[in-house]
Amino acid sequence: MTGTFALVRLALRRDRLLLPVWIMMITGAIAATASAIGELYPGMAQRVALGVTIGSTPALQALTGPVFDATSVGGLTAWRATTLATGLVGLMSIMVVTRHTRAEEETGRAELIGACAVGRHAIPAAAVIVAGGANLLIAFLLTVTLIGQGLPGSGALGFGLAVGGTGWVFTGIAVVAAQVTEHARTANGLAISVLGLAYLLRASGDAAGVETLAWLSPLGWAQRVRAFAGERWWVVGLLALTGLLLVGLAALPARRRDVGAGLLPPRLGPSDAAPSLASALALAWRLQRGGLLGWMIGFAIGGAMFGSLAQSVGDIVNDNPQLAAILERIGGAGALVDTFLAAVMGLLGLAVGGFAVQATLRLQGEEAGIRAEPVLAAAVPRWRWTLSHLVIALGGTPIIITAGGLAAGLAHGVRTGEVGEQVLRLLGAAWVQVPAAWVPAGIAMLLFGLLPRLTALAWAALVAFALLAQLGELLQLDDWIRSLSPFAHLPQVPGGEVSAAPLLWLTAVAIALALVGVAAFQRRDLAGY
Amino acid sequence: MLLTSIVERREVWSATSYRTGFREAPMSGNPAILISGLTKSFGRVRALDGLDLTVDTGEVHGFLGPNGAGKTTTLRILLGLLRAGSGHAELLGGHPWRDAVELHRRLAYVPGDVVLWPTLSGGEAIDLLGRLRGGLDQRRKKALLELFDLDPTKKGRAYSKGNRQKVALVAALASDVELLLLDEPTAGLDPLMEAAFRECVTEERGNGRTVLLSSHILSEVEALCDRVTIVRDGRAVESGTLEQLRHLTRSSITAELDRIPDGLAELAGVHELAVSGSRVRFEVEADRLGGALRLLTDAGVRSLTCQPPTLEELFLRHYQSAS
Ligand SMILES: Nc1ncnc2c1ncn2[C@@H]1O[C@H](COP(=O)(O)OP(=O)(O)OP(=O)(O)O)[C@@H](O)[C@H]1O
Ligand SMILES: [Mg+2]
Repeated sequence: MTGTFALVRLALRRDRLLLPVWIMMITGAIAATASAIGELYPGMAQRVALGVTIGSTPALQALTGPVFDATSVGGLTAWRATTLATGLVGLMSIMVVTRHTRAEEETGRAELIGACAVGRHAIPAAAVIVAGGANLLIAFLLTVTLIGQGLPGSGALGFGLAVGGTGWVFTGIAVVAAQVTEHARTANGLAISVLGLAYLLRASGDAAGVETLAWLSPLGWAQRVRAFAGERWWVVGLLALTGLLLVGLAALPARRRDVGAGLLPPRLGPSDAAPSLASALALAWRLQRGGLLGWMIGFAIGGAMFGSLAQSVGDIVNDNPQLAAILERIGGAGALVDTFLAAVMGLLGLAVGGFAVQATLRLQGEEAGIRAEPVLAAAVPRWRWTLSHLVIALGGTPIIITAGGLAAGLAHGVRTGEVGEQVLRLLGAAWVQVPAAWVPAGIAMLLFGLLPRLTALAWAALVAFALLAQLGELLQLDDWIRSLSPFAHLPQVPGGEVSAAPLLWLTAVAIALALVGVAAFQRRDLAGY
Repeated sequence: MLLTSIVERREVWSATSYRTGFREAPMSGNPAILISGLTKSFGRVRALDGLDLTVDTGEVHGFLGPNGAGKTTTLRILLGLLRAGSGHAELLGGHPWRDAVELHRRLAYVPGDVVLWPTLSGGEAIDLLGRLRGGLDQRRKKALLELFDLDPTKKGRAYSKGNRQKVALVAALASDVELLLLDEPTAGLDPLMEAAFRECVTEERGNGRTVLLSSHILSEVEALCDRVTIVRDGRAVESGTLEQLRHLTRSSITAELDRIPDGLAELAGVHELAVSGSRVRFEVEADRLGGALRLLTDAGVRSLTCQPPTLEELFLRHYQSAS
């Protein structure tokens, strides 16, 4: 463990912009949610009515989780914010840990550090300390800000610890993933898949009312801390302990394996390249096809799950017309099932934006990894190399979301008995997301061309768009602020009207941003060692 | 028009090369690389500070200098990976940045530290890079794999440093190109492979290819290069054939004499004179050797050893004089 402290300082220095942005976005969003709920539902009666509605709507329980206490502002805040906050701290923890472990090993910097007077566990330990510290800070800030808004202290503490604790569990998951995989990208992919699976487990458990299913997911635990609803502190202990066990588990392979190697032995490859591997685009496809397939599978599973839940929204409303009125208020106009499906498609749109950014920033990974240099030193024009990955990013987006829309349409169609029609409607609803999801990719491309050191800001933009989309309406933000998110301009389908104009101009914005980035890269120095 | 401007530039270059004390080596056609007054800054770091470099077509040119002298920076500018600051750089008659793509069909590059794609096998990487450059001779690839004793089925990270280096070398040497830009290509190769590499470069030269070889291994440079350029702090401090460079160096002389001659210490070109009893030791510049010897014979020589200059000494002198 020697040298850990120095490494922690190094990590904090490298993350001096990124970590504060994450922490501020998460705590700020939660604080705003709490105050908005206080303003929107000041009376007990309103809150209880809302709680009854949610409690009897599986689909809503799936999206945001169960309500444990609808009588208090705190209870509703916990209901609305837990899923969002835990998802974000999970993502933050995964990215921080991978960035300081696997990514370091891959670039060979870890070797340099490992050769210094630094213990074998120092690198993962430093990453765990940084991510764990960030989660602790988030827990503290959440507690303080919620108390500052006049919410009860123990509930605020419970909520803060539930969120921070979940981040801590994903710190553990990420550090394990970093040990068993060979590349930062696969480590990230593995840990984020676990996060996605945890979300789906929790969502289906909550929707179907199967408690055991929800208890399989750390995201489910966070909700079952029951902040503001008679806190169960032992669940906080469960989160803390699980994180600790995972970190300990990660220490086992770290002791045995070699620096840079994964647990699985590398396989051999062909001695000659297939004839098709002869262009920059073929290389980009080869590098990205695995990730694309993973995203498609994830979207198919998620789409099928939410599609199969949609009809239950309608069932309840048929039973209780009073509920319908309240539901309209939290969801917007239109048929409730469609509203729900439109919300699901919005989520898929945000998620596929994650793919678009990731696939675009592959350019940066290749450049920083000095794998762009041999390609550009061959007879490949810069624009062609940039476009090769951009094409995968922009072209993969509709493919992935098609998997989600198709699966949702099939699942929903089977339940309603009109498969063909639902598939078409939901495919359409999925496709309208594409232009908005392209915009963050355009931002990533712009940053790569102009400010390659700041490409992480593309992720920050995507998270900001997600927060605006998820909370903008609830927080009653000004229209102009909400319109900063490309997703705010999308038609609400299925159910709403589709007009081509926003789709066209969003596409134009995304392409314009990307082209500026391509042009800027055309002129700048390529990074070296 | 182009030709005359090249000729003009060469004259400029000749003037600067006289400054460093050399006559031009005989030219065979247009130079493959022509750099004059090249600068490049990274923020406040001045990596190149008026560099001059000429590599004639068909020669193997050694490119030497201490760490951080600017060798890699020069190569990356020639490859159009970095933009030059000011000055002139020309490569195979084209502009390194503007004409990058056409030029890259005619050259191959081996970086000093090779990184491969983790999911691609070595053989796939070789084929891919060759094809991106516009084609690759499969027979030659097979022969080179054998020569370098390289297993092409391993994947990226499974290769040792030397083997990664070999992947890049095979990819470069298997292409049919006019110019090879090699940046410390043998760093990490074992002596056997180093010998194989020398064999290849000699063969390449026999085929009329031009090679710019950046290296820290003096024996390699001595064995392979027709001419060398030494850079320090982003400038060329010495350039010429190995013969010419040797000429610039000093011989060291030890002599037993009947008497110590007067004026030896004052003689131009004599350095580091040490006298102990009837014994003198000193270093003398090559073109002053005659005068010094005359003085010694006049003083009655009982024994004399004259050590010819080594390149090593010359290089070290240039490397060190920075500090
Ligand atoms: N991307 C960069 N940013 C800042 N400084 C750089 C960059 N690349 C090179 N330099 C600086 O430019 C100078 C020349 O570096 P260069 O890599 O060309 O040296 P070199 O002659 O290849 O050295 P070596 O023998 O160690 O390979 C060094 O001072 C180096 O620190
Ligand atoms: Mg170098």
